[in-house]
Amino acid sequence: MTTRSLPIIESTSAPTQAAKLVDDFTPGLINQGAHHLCPGCGEPIAMRLIMEAVEELELAQKTIAIFGIGCYTAYSNNLDVEVLQALHGRAPSLATGVKRSLPDSLVLTVQGDGDMVNEGLQEVLHTMARGESVTCFLLNNGVFGETGGHMTAATVLGQRTKNSLEGRTAQEHGYPIVISDLIARLDGAAYVARGAVNTHTNVARTKKMVKEALAVQTAGLGGSFVEILTMCPTGWFVDTLDAPDYLNDNIEPIHRFGVVLDRSDDSRHHGAGR
Amino acid sequence: MSVAQVASSGSSASESAAEPEFLEGSEAIARAMISAGCRFFAGYPMTPFTEVLEAMAKHLPAQGGSCVNAESELEAVGMAWGAAATGTPAATGSTGQGLSLMQESLAEITYARLPLVVLNMARAQGDYFQATRGGGHGDYRHIVLAPKDVTEAVYLVQEAFHLAAIWRNPVLVMGDYYIAHTWQSVSTARIDFGPEPDRSWALDGATGGTGKAKLISPIADTKRGDDVGYDLAEFYGRRGAELDVMGREVQPRAETGFLEGADLVVVAYGTVAQYVREAVANLRADGAKVGYIRPITLYPFPTEVLRNAASSAKAFAVYENNRGQMIEDVMLSVMERADVRFIGGLSVDSSGFGIAPDLDVTSVRARIQTTLEEIS
Amino acid sequence: MATIRSTGTVVIDVDACKGCDLCVAACPVDVLVMTTDEVNVRGYPYPQLLPGCVGCKACSQICPDFVFQVYRFETPVEHEVSDPPPESSLESSEGVQ
Repeated sequence: MTTRSLPIIESTSAPTQAAKLVDDFTPGLINQGAHHLCPGCGEPIAMRLIMEAVEELELAQKTIAIFGIGCYTAYSNNLDVEVLQALHGRAPSLATGVKRSLPDSLVLTVQGDGDMVNEGLQEVLHTMARGESVTCFLLNNGVFGETGGHMTAATVLGQRTKNSLEGRTAQEHGYPIVISDLIARLDGAAYVARGAVNTHTNVARTKKMVKEALAVQTAGLGGSFVEILTMCPTGWFVDTLDAPDYLNDNIEPIHRFGVVLDRSDDSRHHGAGR
Repeated sequence: MSVAQVASSGSSASESAAEPEFLEGSEAIARAMISAGCRFFAGYPMTPFTEVLEAMAKHLPAQGGSCVNAESELEAVGMAWGAAATGTPAATGSTGQGLSLMQESLAEITYARLPLVVLNMARAQGDYFQATRGGGHGDYRHIVLAPKDVTEAVYLVQEAFHLAAIWRNPVLVMGDYYIAHTWQSVSTARIDFGPEPDRSWALDGATGGTGKAKLISPIADTKRGDDVGYDLAEFYGRRGAELDVMGREVQPRAETGFLEGADLVVVAYGTVAQYVREAVANLRADGAKVGYIRPITLYPFPTEVLRNAASSAKAFAVYENNRGQMIEDVMLSVMERADVRFIGGLSVDSSGFGIAPDLDVTSVRARIQTTLEEIS
Repeated sequence: MATIRSTGTVVIDVDACKGCDLCVAACPVDVLVMTTDEVNVRGYPYPQLLPGCVGCKACSQICPDFVFQVYRFETPVEHEVSDPPPESSLESSEGVQ
């Protein structure tokens, strides 16, 4: 569609006509937007929808966000919720300690697939198996982003990374772990879903999942877990504009979009802790 | 601080039983921790630490606390880290190898300025370096206390919570197999060590949405509001300076005996020091010019006590249940002022739990006597 | 002369943009286009707004760098377009109102 002939509308200041602001640069719980993440990175998109969900559920003054270590770590600097920085892989254990000590708080963890599915698999499995009423968010971009794009346990077969340059093979690198399906098999888990931020419709659907997970926590029904597929053009060797389709074509077919487990209507189901 | 002084101060009245009870060491330590205010404990079974975990699992919930049986020591210290970040007095522990799994987190908890009490119910004394130098990464220090028996363990573990709160730093208590399994009549009543700083730094979510939400992190203590997020040089520089102050201002302590006119001073810590003291007392009674020093704080090490003794003693003999670790701190204290020898040794019994078959007064006395002859 | 109605508009923080194009792909009415000959202070091309915005927030929700503020007008704003674009593009923006 040729648009060169259409006029460019000046849009560097608020409109003079009567208008209602429907979305600000940053949501209430994100202090400032500047961050060092790569162009086209999906992580700030995920952080935005998580913080919007916390704000909309009016949980900001009960929230303790526990961060793993990855590209997103420095992003905690942007958030206007209380942050506890954990070691690589350990966030769900810290979450257990926090929630057991403050049963009325809203405890959420933010980890990447390297942090959770590699370094901290034992932590998240046991935390969810015990049914600690905490919410674990996984930003799954299929690579260790912060080190420059290396293979993780979630990297799909055929995916090229800095240490699987010819593409991951089962024979050389072994099969990936489809973590949400694993978590959903644990009796302590009460809600498990997998979203994505590669399209704005997926962003909206994922935000709904986040809100349901946080509601499961506040109802004390046990472990809640939302995996969010995020784009990593740098780590995937693709252009920023091609990353959303790369996700659809290569990642989503393995890590499938959708609610994997929902026990939220079973009010008898309670996890560990008070 | 003499032994007598330690025992008497442990009997101040408080809400829990003040009169002594006949308890196993592990049970006494657990009750003492609860008296000191511990409301979160996490651990993983490992001999001889297990009974402390059992006792905490039995008593803590009734006091409104949480005791979590962690899937491994690595997660146990992580859980205690989370609890500590909420300002809840928290503790964890293990034995030797289990402590090794915790080192990464213990270092980061130090950088994050969190109070935490850690027990090493050790097998023998091969963990001295791990405790005093730290097996973690970077420049950090822990306060390390080494009781010699159940009575002192009950006192020092309560003091550990106080020191952890004052310095917002992990404090390690070095127990061992004897202390864990010796039954003794002891009071586990709360000991008041004086006021502690407020815990306004603790997280509870309340500052969310205020524009100044709190942060507890091993790499920063304020949200910088820029697109970088942290400045390691600045933060580690500041944290390092605080640790230097801690190292200078925490009162190093040691028990000493028979130092007047002693040509030889025997240095030992923990349960082992009881055998050394007995042997030295016997030798002294027989006219031998020998004394002893028992470090109670392994960090900060009682350097001055050793340096003063070195002004008159000819030599120091270090008795440890390992191949020689504390001897380095003795040498660092004494420098060239006197000769320093090692008379201890690795002594692990057939069960491998460090009951040290040759840990008896006669064999300790013989080693001291040999040294006396060599230096005279 | 042709008129295109906008029921919403955006404010663009030009210098925050890292030129990733996701907003252009996300916009359901194709009213965002990246600059071709201008770059922002970081050296990235950035999005510009064309007539026909419906204030649907697709751009702000997908933007990794928080470049957009989104408004909805109380009454739609008309844009006079001097030389009408080829038939097809006029069709698509009209149909979306």
